[in-house]
Amino acid sequence: MSEDRPPAPPMIDAATVAHVARLSRLELTPDERRLFQAQLGSILESFQQLATLDLGDVPAAVPGDPAAGVMRDDVPVASLSREDALANAPETADGYVVVPPVIEDDGSRAP
Amino acid sequence: MTGPHPASPADRPAWDLRACYRRGELSPSEVVDGVLRRIEAVEPQVRAYLYLDADAARREAAQWDRAAGAEDAPPLAGVPVALKDNLCTRGVPTTAGSRVLAGFRPPYDATVVTRLRRAGAIVLGKTNCDEFAMGSSTENSAFGPTRNPWDPDRVPGGSSGGSAAAVAAGEATLALGSDTGGSIREPGAFCGVVGLKPTYGRVSRYGLIAFASSLDQIGPFARDVRDAALLLREIAGRDPADATSAGVEVPDYPALLTGRVAGLRLGVVREFLQDGLDPGVAGAVGEAIRALERSGARRVDVSLPHAPYALPAYYIVAPAEASSNLARYAGVLYGHRTTRAADLIGMYARTRDEGFGAEVKRRIMLGTYALSAGYYDAFYLRAQRVRELIRREFAQALESVDVLVGPVAPTPAFPLGERVEDPLEMYLADVFTVPLNLAGLPGVSVPCGFAGDLPVGLQIAGRAFDEATVLNTAYALERALPAPGRRPRVVTAAERRSSPA
Repeated sequence: MSEDRPPAPPMIDAATVAHVARLSRLELTPDERRLFQAQLGSILESFQQLATLDLGDVPAAVPGDPAAGVMRDDVPVASLSREDALANAPETADGYVVVPPVIEDDGSRAP
Repeated sequence: MTGPHPASPADRPAWDLRACYRRGELSPSEVVDGVLRRIEAVEPQVRAYLYLDADAARREAAQWDRAAGAEDAPPLAGVPVALKDNLCTRGVPTTAGSRVLAGFRPPYDATVVTRLRRAGAIVLGKTNCDEFAMGSSTENSAFGPTRNPWDPDRVPGGSSGGSAAAVAAGEATLALGSDTGGSIREPGAFCGVVGLKPTYGRVSRYGLIAFASSLDQIGPFARDVRDAALLLREIAGRDPADATSAGVEVPDYPALLTGRVAGLRLGVVREFLQDGLDPGVAGAVGEAIRALERSGARRVDVSLPHAPYALPAYYIVAPAEASSNLARYAGVLYGHRTTRAADLIGMYARTRDEGFGAEVKRRIMLGTYALSAGYYDAFYLRAQRVRELIRREFAQALESVDVLVGPVAPTPAFPLGERVEDPLEMYLADVFTVPLNLAGLPGVSVPCGFAGDLPVGLQIAGRAFDEATVLNTAYALERALPAPGRRPRVVTAAERRSSPA
């Protein structure tokens, strides 16, 4: 399996930083991009020691207690009111949160 | 406790307050007033609190003035406590040290808060912490650092630095923190107080603002072991609102403190006593181990060869979980929203850039990278396998010994600003604490001496759900060490004004 081959030292280039920032939904300044490129590079380089370990057939950890019961009786109980749940939202209207437009209106779907 | 009664009620432990209430020697109002006076005196320097409601605390205290002395008073009746600001408190500002949560007032209490109130505790306020509990010095708080009560030029540790400093300086009798990679134990050691990370699943995480959900645990800070045991008993136990909380019986921890360790097998972890340890820390830890041996514990040298790999494994797993948990801060449901965005994705990205500090962004980036296509196997999956290896290694070691001991951190409290520019250097403060989070095991930091004028903590780790043995070992050490414990002496603002310039 590929994971058992020590990977090549990760190259954190500007394109990788831009890609990860996009996945992270972080609009970084040019200064932040330069800083994180250098820092992530050195952090990941120091973590290469993990790649040298012989892990044999050790599986990935399964955290938590698998016996912990996650089911309860199907009985309705009180929960947050809509008012409480929305009380902290930056913008609401008629019981909904309001956000900027998701899809640009180009007029093609006009009624 | 054998020493004389401290002069101020602000320095008395909770178990002693209870006895005083019962004898009618003190009232909760007097205690809260004493603590508030202490806060007024030292807070300008320490800055442990992000939010303090003195009036509410006085009101709550007055409500307990008659009842706290009753035979059937709840266990923490009239005891002032502080809460780390990543614990949700209904209607009370909760920021987790982040600008992105400025103005947030949770619509519910964390389960631990509900339990504390039910136990009669008086909530003083919310304490400073590294942003979203990511850090080892409290310098990553968006609202400025907390200072170590023992030395104002040094960090209190982190991420629960405000809670540790508050308890150390007498600004609270007890406090709660959270520990994802050492965030209770390391500040406990740096501030000279007892700090316990319970077994994963021992304490409900409901209402704890999530950082890394498979590692986070809430736990107590106290000035002595008995108080830590008392507070743990009140917050522990199964909670239907947290599916990972365990249905394991909660013992009466204070009642189990015998201080007897004769025959206890004390595993001394070789990998935790390697080169690079501060000589003052090594000296105090060595002396503590010898003190436990003199009390009858049997020293067994233990090797955990993979323990040094815990740090990189942790700093992949925790950021990976954080990158997912922190996706919710996007300016939609709560907290900060940018005013400069044309579309939804732009609003998310700009809100997050404005709201998060550098370390949080760094960890989101690191975690996202480790989970992204092409790197998942090499980083995230591999780290989870190392985690399993470490979990097995610790479980195996704890078959032949009863507890594992070593230093909490390689150094005592370091100077403010020393490590903020170098994330890797900061991460090294966690090298001895992260293995327990990865393995899910309980560990306590108990004051064990000094490196110069700075406190040192001994870490005592135990089997899953065996906090009783961990606490009893700490209790035995507390009794074996020279009493009475030194307390920090914070120079107050008034004293500074009256001293010649």
